[in-house]
This record gives sequence, structure tokens and C-alpha cells, in this order.
Amino acid sequence: MGDTAPFDEMYDADGTVREPYRALAQWIDEQPEKALSLMQADAEGIFRRLGITFAVYGSDEGTEKLIPFDVIPRIISATEWRRLSKGIEQRVRALNAFLYDVYHRQEILKAGRIPEKLIVNNAAFCPDMMGVDPAKGVYSHIIGVDIVRVGPDEFYVLEDNLRTPSGVSYMLEDREAMMQLAPDLFQRIKVAPVETYPENLRRTLESVAPANVAGTPTIVVLTPGIHNSAYFEHSFLADQMGAQLCEGQDLFVDGGKVYMRTTTGPERVDVIYRRIDDDFLDPLTFRPDSMLGVPGLFNAYRAGNVTLVNAPGTGIADDKAVYTYVPQIIEFYLGEKSILSNVPTYNCTDEDQRAYVLEHIGELVVKEVHGSGGYGMLVGPTSTKAQQAEFKKKIEARPDNYIVQPTLALSTCPTYVNSGIAPRHVDLRPYVLVGDKVRITPGGLTRVALTKGSLVVNSSQGGGTKDTWVLED
Amino acid sequence: MLGRTAQNLFWLSRYVERAENMARLLEVGYKMSLTSRREGGEAEHLISMMQAAEVDEAFEATGRIADVDTVAHFMVFDEGNPSSVKSCLMAARTNARSVRTAITIDMWQSLNAAWLEFSQIKPRDVRGAKLLGLLQWVRQRSHEFRGALLGTILRNDGYAFSQAGNFVERADNTARILDMKYFVLLPRADLVGGDLDIQQWTLILRAASAHRSYRHVYHDRYKARNIADFLILRPEMPRSLVFCARMLNQTLESLADIYGKRLDCHDVVADLCAMVENTTMDEVFGKGLHEFLTEFVARNNRVTECLSESYNFY
Repeated sequence: MGDTAPFDEMYDADGTVREPYRALAQWIDEQPEKALSLMQADAEGIFRRLGITFAVYGSDEGTEKLIPFDVIPRIISATEWRRLSKGIEQRVRALNAFLYDVYHRQEILKAGRIPEKLIVNNAAFCPDMMGVDPAKGVYSHIIGVDIVRVGPDEFYVLEDNLRTPSGVSYMLEDREAMMQLAPDLFQRIKVAPVETYPENLRRTLESVAPANVAGTPTIVVLTPGIHNSAYFEHSFLADQMGAQLCEGQDLFVDGGKVYMRTTTGPERVDVIYRRIDDDFLDPLTFRPDSMLGVPGLFNAYRAGNVTLVNAPGTGIADDKAVYTYVPQIIEFYLGEKSILSNVPTYNCTDEDQRAYVLEHIGELVVKEVHGSGGYGMLVGPTSTKAQQAEFKKKIEARPDNYIVQPTLALSTCPTYVNSGIAPRHVDLRPYVLVGDKVRITPGGLTRVALTKGSLVVNSSQGGGTKDTWVLED
Repeated sequence: MLGRTAQNLFWLSRYVERAENMARLLEVGYKMSLTSRREGGEAEHLISMMQAAEVDEAFEATGRIADVDTVAHFMVFDEGNPSSVKSCLMAARTNARSVRTAITIDMWQSLNAAWLEFSQIKPRDVRGAKLLGLLQWVRQRSHEFRGALLGTILRNDGYAFSQAGNFVERADNTARILDMKYFVLLPRADLVGGDLDIQQWTLILRAASAHRSYRHVYHDRYKARNIADFLILRPEMPRSLVFCARMLNQTLESLADIYGKRLDCHDVVADLCAMVENTTMDEVFGKGLHEFLTEFVARNNRVTECLSESYNFY
């Protein structure tokens, strides 16, 4: 943090190549001129044909776009990964324990470790979940932890994403594309596989089926439909797992059990990997105007006749206001110090902290507590005076609606851009599965801000992706 | 399989088949309009082609005057025309997107590439030779999709629903082409056999991609009776009514095997099949060609309805 140049993952300050990147750097040097630009063009063709697209809300140019893919992979050493995955496992165990607790005896609130009103008055707290016992006690099964790096050994967790994190299909397709584009690189460099993800997802989902299911559980992926921005991913995952891809209209509840409408009549459903937000799951329990959900689903869930993945109400554990308490949460449930750091966060409801924030807004990042996707966010150093003034007003009006953090100097990674290879800021989202055990896929999704100097990596704001390599020992 | 998935697969195949049929019809109409030397002949051929495609009323409703450009635009690019090539490709791709998990990657890529290439085309650039090139391209894309389907899809219920869609659409198309022109196919037309008849016969045969194969089967000049026979009763002709009905019957039988159950739709298709299998052209003409075709189209429509009921389309 501060005014020094950001940490580059490939080159040390003196220009020498860091160890994990050595083989890659050599490979790049050996490539004939234009080879990378040809690769980049090929990559676009590959993705377009595969139909990997996402929708940008509010965009006029039709609903489908490609997320730019950068051909230079991002590399993480085996040692770095061991530490990261330990820290991630610790977090997801603690957060699941926290979820069980806040929806049962609320010991952590009674102990005064987290203010009670922060939880029970929180819009992300789901009173309907009180006393519900999900299979194996797991609430958040599928998690994408957003991590940024600012130095050789400095990693920060930005967000835990315990609801329905997206992007895992890009992790898988990026690898597939990379292997097609540069098979020789994989011969030289031993990269840990990510292709295990769909099988591990299936195993995770099977492991949390209701206890009374005999034989192989029937798993479905529940999607809002083809107009959803992540529809490609929903169909991709269903396909890879051999699960049925359903919309709300394909399912119904009868006698507290969930069925899908098949060509041969109703068929019982045991596990639903739902990619629909809590509010839309069941018009009888949540938003009555939801056309996407399944009437009666929540009651079937509460009766233990179907497993919802992730459970409703997990948002209380990745709420931006609760985020600041994660180190205490880890300590409370596991009795351990947290391995991965939180980003220091200012609490605007505190008068002194708010005063500091308003004074220094040009250096800080302001995020809406319930915002996502880079919407409703201010990045101080790249904002205009008018934008800063606007956010100051917003913070003063609703201090509890914003969290504020220092602008982190996200690490950079060499990226192929118009002017050749240049450093661009990146983040990392590893994917975690929690069922009968915790499974972390080595790698994840690296998002890269393609605009020079930009720190916003979201695909909806002009970010791209890179294949992410975890080296094997 | 979800009832909705079965429905999407059925319509996906129908729309690809329809795009191909529309391209073929427009090509025929366009070429015929070029050869017309009579005043107003150009429009006449185009309108008659649109009648066979059953889009003539929709075209009239646009208020445009029928010439090569307006008709080509209407048949290829007009989203207001539900049977235009564009509408068909869009509908096919939307159906495919909904059932990405039930189709193979090759099927998806073929459709997706077709749509991406098609959406790059600017309508005003497509004239004359370019139009013919585009129409040929549409047919090739349809063949490619079918090839991807036949080469990669599992022979399960999904395959059966795809095939059912394909042959319901094709049977419908052939029956309609015949019915719109039934008057030039009546036996008495052979007695006249003027230039105009020859032109109409050519249109019918070309619209079914049958003008070359006709010669291989009949070794004869164009005769109304043979043409009707070829497109209705010849089992070796892949667009004939009997061929389509038999394929439909086989397809539904395979569904009965897969699900271990016979349903109403099986009887309906068996009846459709019997209608074209146990008959001769004499009987067809005796009953009345138009009446025969009308009944066939109605029974063929009934197949779609019955499939929806039997297999829970929704």
C-alpha cells in the first residue's frame, strides 16, 4: 500500500524474473514476433464458437458479450498455494460454523463478540432459517473467495462470496483454451489440474443429499433461464456434472417433496444447486411476485426432503459489514488466528472514522454494503471531484450502507495488450467446495483490469480473465 | 428428460429444417422470376412461391410491392416474418441455448457459428449472386447441423424428439408445396403440358430438391402424375410424405421402446403412416389430391399435439 510501485508477480523491482515465472518468461522470449497476437486472435475465435458469453446489464449492444481472455497465464507457486488454501479452508469452516450458530443458539452474539443488531437487523439475515438443520450442517457449499495480493507474502481477502458465486466456468474454459493455444507450455511447466472441479462438485452435492435418500441422489441445477447473465455457466456446470438443468417451471412441490416434470411424469429431486437468489426461490416464503422460483420449495427444504445449495440466508456471513468481524469469527469457533488477512475497513457509523473517510475520500475505496459486480462503488484515486462529492453525500445520508477501505495496490501481472506486453492489475478467486469435506481447486479465476492503471477487475466494468496456474512441486 | 427439454429439442430441429426449406423455396422463386419474360411475371412467381411457403398473407400485410428485393428481404431478414431464415435461426438458437445440456457441443457450435455468421451479414449487401450464395449457405448450415446431430448425439429419447421435429416439419413442407400447386399436378395437366406447367413442375421439384433425382427414378420427361407419385409415395425419396411418415413412425416406436410404453401419439402416427403406405396414386386422385393433402397436413399437425400431450411438453 502507498505510493511505491505495485508488486509485479513476474518481475522483481530490479527486473529479474521471479522463480515461479522463469519457464514462462523463457517461453515468451522464444516466441517469434506476432506469435502472441496470433494466439490472442485464436483465443477469441475459440471462445466465440464455444458460446461463452455473459450479459451486461444496461448494455445496448445485444445481451451477449465475450469476456476478454488474456493469453499470458498467472502463476502461483506450490508454497504460496499451500498457505492460501490453508487460509481459505480455515475461513470457510469458521463461516459455516458461524452460520449454524446465528441460525441456532446465537452464542457469538450472546458472548458479545459481534453486535446483535448487526445480525438480526441485517437485511441479509433470514429469520425463516432459524432452527433449520441443513444436511451435514453445511450452509455454504460453493464459495468463491476474492483475494488480492499486494506483496510477495501479503494476501488479503476482499470478499468471501458465500451466496452463489459465479465464474467457475471461466476457470475451466480458460484452462481448456490455454491448452489448445499453447500445449507446449504445459509440457514444460507442471500445472495442477482444475479439470477435477465438476466431479468434485458432483461429489460435494451428493454428500449433502438428505439423509433418507436411497441410492444415487438426483441433482438438478436451478437457473433463472437463458436471459440470466450467468446462464452459460449454469448450463455448463449441469452438463459437466450430468445434472438436469431446470427452470422454476420445471419443478413443483407435492406433499412436501420436490419433483421435476419429465417426459415420463414426475421425478423426485434430492439436491438443488440453485443459481437463483434467496428472494426468488419460493414465492410462498420469500418474494411473492417471483416467477423464477418454485412455490412450496422452502417448506420442502425445511422438512429435510431436499437440499438447497447454497442454503438460504448465507448472505449474513458475507455481508460487507460482517466481513470486518471474520478474524473474531475464526477465533471464536476454531480457536485459531486467521491465516489470511482482512483488508482494514473503516466503519462509517463511527463518528471519528467517518470524519477520516470524508476527509480522505480521494484515497479510499467506497463500497455499498449490498452492492456487487463493481456497481455502486467509488475508487477514490481514479474518481472525479463530482463523483467524490456524490459519495460523500451518500455516506452522510446512510453511513451504515457503506464500507470504506484503503486503495490497495493490487499486484500486477504481464498482460498482452495493444502496445505489447504490459503489467495490469489482477485479483484471484479460488473456488471452494464444502460437503463431507472441504475441496479447493488449485487455481481459480484471475480477473485482470485491462485498462492501464485501473483497479476494477469486474467483467461488467471492462475486466478480462487469465488462466491461473498453481505449480506442482 | 424434462418435458420442456423434449419440446425444445423437437422445435430446435423443426426450425433448422424450416430455415433450409425457406431458403430453398426462395431460391426457386428467385430463379423463376428471373426467367419470366411476361409483364408482371416476376411478381407472379414470387407470390406463388410465397404461397407455397405459406407466408403470402404475412407479406401482403407489410404493404410492400412484391419484387425480388422486397421478397428476398422478407424471406431472409424480416423478423416480423416468423418463418424468415433469420427468425428460424434465432428460434433454433434460443431453443438450443435452453437445452445446452441435452445437445452435443458439435451441434451447439454448428448452430452458434451459423447464427454468428448470419448476424454479421448486412441485408443491403445481399443481392443477385450474393443472395444465391447466402441461400446456399443456409442449406449447407442446415446440413451441417444435421450431420453434427447424426454423428454425435446419443441414440436416446433426446434423439427421438429431434428426429420427430425434423420429419414433422419436412412432411408439412412437402405437403404444402404439393397442395399449393395441386391443380398443375392433376392428371389432366399432362394433356396440356404447356410451358407454364413445365415451369410450375420445375418449381415443385426444385423446392423439394428433387429435380435431378426425378430423372434417376423415372427416366422420363416431367409428368404431373410422376411428380405427385415421387413426392407422395416414393419411399426412396427423402422428402416424400411416405418417407417422412415412416421415419416419424420409426422414431416414435423407438420412444415406445425407450420408455416401455405406447401412448396416443403412437396410434396417430401409425394412422398417418398407413395413409401414405397402403395406397396408390389412382386412389389418391380418386379421393381428390387436394382433399388427400389437406387431410395429411391435419393429421401431421395432430402428431405435434399428441406428442405434447403424451410427453408433457409445456
